[in-house]
Amino acid sequence: MNEEFQGYKGRALQVLKRIGARVGDIVRVLKKGQKFEGILIPRSEFGDDKHIVIKLRSGYNIGIFIDKDTEINKIGPGVKPTFSPPPLPDQKTKLPRVAVLSTGGTIASRVDYRTGGVRPALTANDLYSVVPELSDIAVIEAQILFSIFSENITPNHWSQATKYVARHIKHGVAGVVVAHGTDTMGYTAAALSFALQNLPVPVILVGSQRSADRPSSDAATNLIGAVKAAASAPFAEVVVAMHETVNDQSIIFHRGTKTRKCDTSRRDAFKSINTSPLARFKNDKITMLTDNYNRRESQRKLTTKPLFEEKVSLVKFYPGLNPGVIKWYAENGFKGIILEGTGLGHISSRCFPIIKKAIARNILIGMTSQCIWGRINMNIYNTGRDLLKLGVIPLGDMLSETALIKMMWALGNTKDEEEAKRLLTSNVANECLCRTVF
Amino acid sequence: MVTTNYKEIELKVGLEIHQQLNSEKKLFCDCLAELFNEVPEITFLRKLRPTQSELGQIDPAAFFEFQKGIKFSYEGNRDTSCLVEMDEEPPHDLNREALEAALIISLMLNAPPVDEIHVMRKTVIDGSTTTGFQRTCVIAFNGNVKTKVKIIPIQHIGLEEDAARKTGEDETLHIYRLDRLGIPLVEVTTAPVIHTPEEAEEVALLIGRLLRATGKVKRGIGSIRQDLNISIRDGALVEIKGVQELELVSLVVKYEVQRQLNLLRIKTELLKRGVKGEDLESTLVDVTNVFANTKCTIIRTALEKERHILAVKLPGFEGLLRKELIPRVRLGTEMADRARFWGRVGGIFHTDELPAFGVTIEEVNELKQRMNVEIGDAVVFVVANLDNASDALEAVKKRAKEALNGVPPETRAANPDGSTRYMRPRPGAARLYPETDVPSIYVSSKYVNNLRRNLPELPERKLKRLMDERGLNEKLAKQILDSKFSKLFEKAVEESQISPTFVAVTLTETLKALEREGVEIQKISDEQYLEIFSLITRGRTTKEAVPHLITWLSKNQGSTGIKAVKGLGLAMLSKAELEEIFDTLIEDNRGLLKEHKKKAFGVLMSLVMQRVRGRAKANIVSAIARKKLEEFDS
Repeated sequence: MNEEFQGYKGRALQVLKRIGARVGDIVRVLKKGQKFEGILIPRSEFGDDKHIVIKLRSGYNIGIFIDKDTEINKIGPGVKPTFSPPPLPDQKTKLPRVAVLSTGGTIASRVDYRTGGVRPALTANDLYSVVPELSDIAVIEAQILFSIFSENITPNHWSQATKYVARHIKHGVAGVVVAHGTDTMGYTAAALSFALQNLPVPVILVGSQRSADRPSSDAATNLIGAVKAAASAPFAEVVVAMHETVNDQSIIFHRGTKTRKCDTSRRDAFKSINTSPLARFKNDKITMLTDNYNRRESQRKLTTKPLFEEKVSLVKFYPGLNPGVIKWYAENGFKGIILEGTGLGHISSRCFPIIKKAIARNILIGMTSQCIWGRINMNIYNTGRDLLKLGVIPLGDMLSETALIKMMWALGNTKDEEEAKRLLTSNVANECLCRTVF
Repeated sequence: MVTTNYKEIELKVGLEIHQQLNSEKKLFCDCLAELFNEVPEITFLRKLRPTQSELGQIDPAAFFEFQKGIKFSYEGNRDTSCLVEMDEEPPHDLNREALEAALIISLMLNAPPVDEIHVMRKTVIDGSTTTGFQRTCVIAFNGNVKTKVKIIPIQHIGLEEDAARKTGEDETLHIYRLDRLGIPLVEVTTAPVIHTPEEAEEVALLIGRLLRATGKVKRGIGSIRQDLNISIRDGALVEIKGVQELELVSLVVKYEVQRQLNLLRIKTELLKRGVKGEDLESTLVDVTNVFANTKCTIIRTALEKERHILAVKLPGFEGLLRKELIPRVRLGTEMADRARFWGRVGGIFHTDELPAFGVTIEEVNELKQRMNVEIGDAVVFVVANLDNASDALEAVKKRAKEALNGVPPETRAANPDGSTRYMRPRPGAARLYPETDVPSIYVSSKYVNNLRRNLPELPERKLKRLMDERGLNEKLAKQILDSKFSKLFEKAVEESQISPTFVAVTLTETLKALEREGVEIQKISDEQYLEIFSLITRGRTTKEAVPHLITWLSKNQGSTGIKAVKGLGLAMLSKAELEEIFDTLIEDNRGLLKEHKKKAFGVLMSLVMQRVRGRAKANIVSAIARKKLEEFDS
């Protein structure tokens, strides 16, 4: 995108070029006896090419339709916004060190009221300045890993993130916070859960459901909870830290392999599935919600298994699913398929022949349930028993997304099919629990 | 009140009128645009955090509240709030019904709409919106409205979401109800070209009437709020929020002028006494033990809760704290307002009003001694926990310093008696940034032209028509114009053959009288009124029965006019039934009728009408009476 004419195209762009006005410049528009003066504002890429947008002195933006009777003049250059951040809070060097890694999105930001732009706060100083409470919790080491939307994250990014997290842990931080867009935060959390083994300290993924530029954002409270946990929580696991409810009251920590975004919009979108959350942060205190967890132990030696096989897929069964879909994967070099079956773990018998062929080609096929909650059991109905006989691997109470990532990880870390199968069915990071507790 | 030469003091008033639209749905979601009074179904707790801007400006009052850890509790029910009001879901598209109403209002104010509407976020972190901003957009500029003598420019017509309404607060928690949040509001701003209190009221009335003429605005208390920007020479620009009654506008302006003039007099007096800013830097003193054995109940109760008493000396202020600015408001009151706002205390005590309230002269003397008071000094003290007491007195000191400059520019809230109270410091420049979740809206000239061709009748034209065509007198015509029944009136007159004046009287004076008697007239629907008028036209009931029918219908919701007629036994009597009544009455009153002979007709009519009023037409009754009397005489 052209920075000087952000979003402008066609007729509007021509006019702006002709008068030499760029985004941020002050322009005057005369039209039908009315006079408008203001700052030229970037135009949405989805807007048409017939309007220019200016910010009036009153602060309001309006779009002005450019026709032959519209007279536009540039009357002055833009004034660069000046920002004098409030004085930084005192650094308390005795506090635990926490690494805050960002992957894109903005966990903290400030608004440029002049243009309406939102600028992310990325350095440690930016973070202190925007969320001063952090300076009472930890000494922050900030690092930008990627600047991408979370839907553009790939397994390759998980591998890189694993290395960066490992590096910070080896340098002795008390914990790592990974700021992440919420859409795929559950996947990344699962990936890091498998890739980072023998964790000595916690790794906390954190996001927000309301953008950081608004006063009601959940970003700052989530971040405070995340940094607090990274600095001092008693556990050493990969977790997701988000609002527990719609109240700005408690931050809840979900295990990375057992959580899922269950609402498009709400602050409490993430839920722990088939298990209780690991811990809660409320009234400045972290409380463990289970006794069974991996304790913080700074002397423990971290090992990483950062590779993921990308030729693994997740197929959701639905009534009428064309077996040709599975066939395509089988014939295009895929090494594994996670099926999201119905109920206890079923798919139509129409798919049996291709499943049989795929397994014969050494393709791993695992079964999970699209019910989201509950455990599969393939011994109850004939369909299940038939699928087991074909060699489909039942994956217990595992989330389908977690199963997908686990299969990518298993196939990424071993070439031995039997070893991959064994990894898949054993409990590596609390993803596959033997008990279903009410 | 002293007469003031408003021209000489250069009074300037600008109006900002906020009027709720009566769209069915809210501005950015499909929730009902209504209030509720029941126990809330949903409650949740939030905090707001001032966002940093490149301009580095933060609303000082809001930032202060944030630092104090103020939390907000929101209450909602499921009909009037969804995830949008809860700020748990992005806004939906701008309500087109509301947009159209705002465009119509703009055109009636002669303001050309903008080509493309951009919704903005106006930062507001007092908790009145769950997002921390109010969604607002400008619809049109450069309109005007004409008074009898001049043209008042309309600077700005905006469309915005109403805020949540505060239903309670304590030191750390403010409670808001979500029902009002998101109700569409039109904002009309005049240029500050109004120069007298009466003119302010006239312009407010004019704009209000024009808004109502669209038929697209809500009515009733709270549906229109007038904000006033008032300044005088050497005074300051003071913004007064939330004048709900039109009749209060001129009084609020008068009081504000008087307040500013008196503050300027205080300034002159302070200068004469040689008081300077640095004199007001004195430290706060803990004087709790002065009141250890006090008989003042307020202080004693507070001290029992282990509160402290902090005091501050205001050199040179003696006598000025009790100086009345407007009725019941003194400089001391203004300091108390500040103390309440910034220090969350109940109020202040000051030496200008003591001894009183159980505080003895001995205690006052000891206090003065402790504070090293010299002649001409005043002392202010508060009873609270140390933190709040110190915030409160710092605010008092600040207000005292401001008195040296005359009038502090501030935002004040209107009281029902026309006086005002401190609300907050005037916010800095409006902090607006784009609401990126709502796409911009192109307003085509074809659409605008179409609206322009179909604009509602202007109020002054309608008034003339009501008088010329409907034959209403001016008073009735104005009443109909200002009532919410002007449409219903037209419809009733078109549909029935009753005199317009009777319809007008019914819809204004009769209803007002019934309301005074406690009849819940808001329960009557337009259809029910139309049915009543139609029943009269068809001879099924009489004009006299109307108040009874309305009362009956208000108690029997959902019923019909005809059922009311029957239920009240007001069905019209047949001729045979009437004759029977006559026969009985004549038989029972033979002596009386003979005795009165010449006046027998009048006597009989009065006897019969007592029995049949509302159930028979007078002309029919009199015809039968004449016939029956002839029979009687012969």
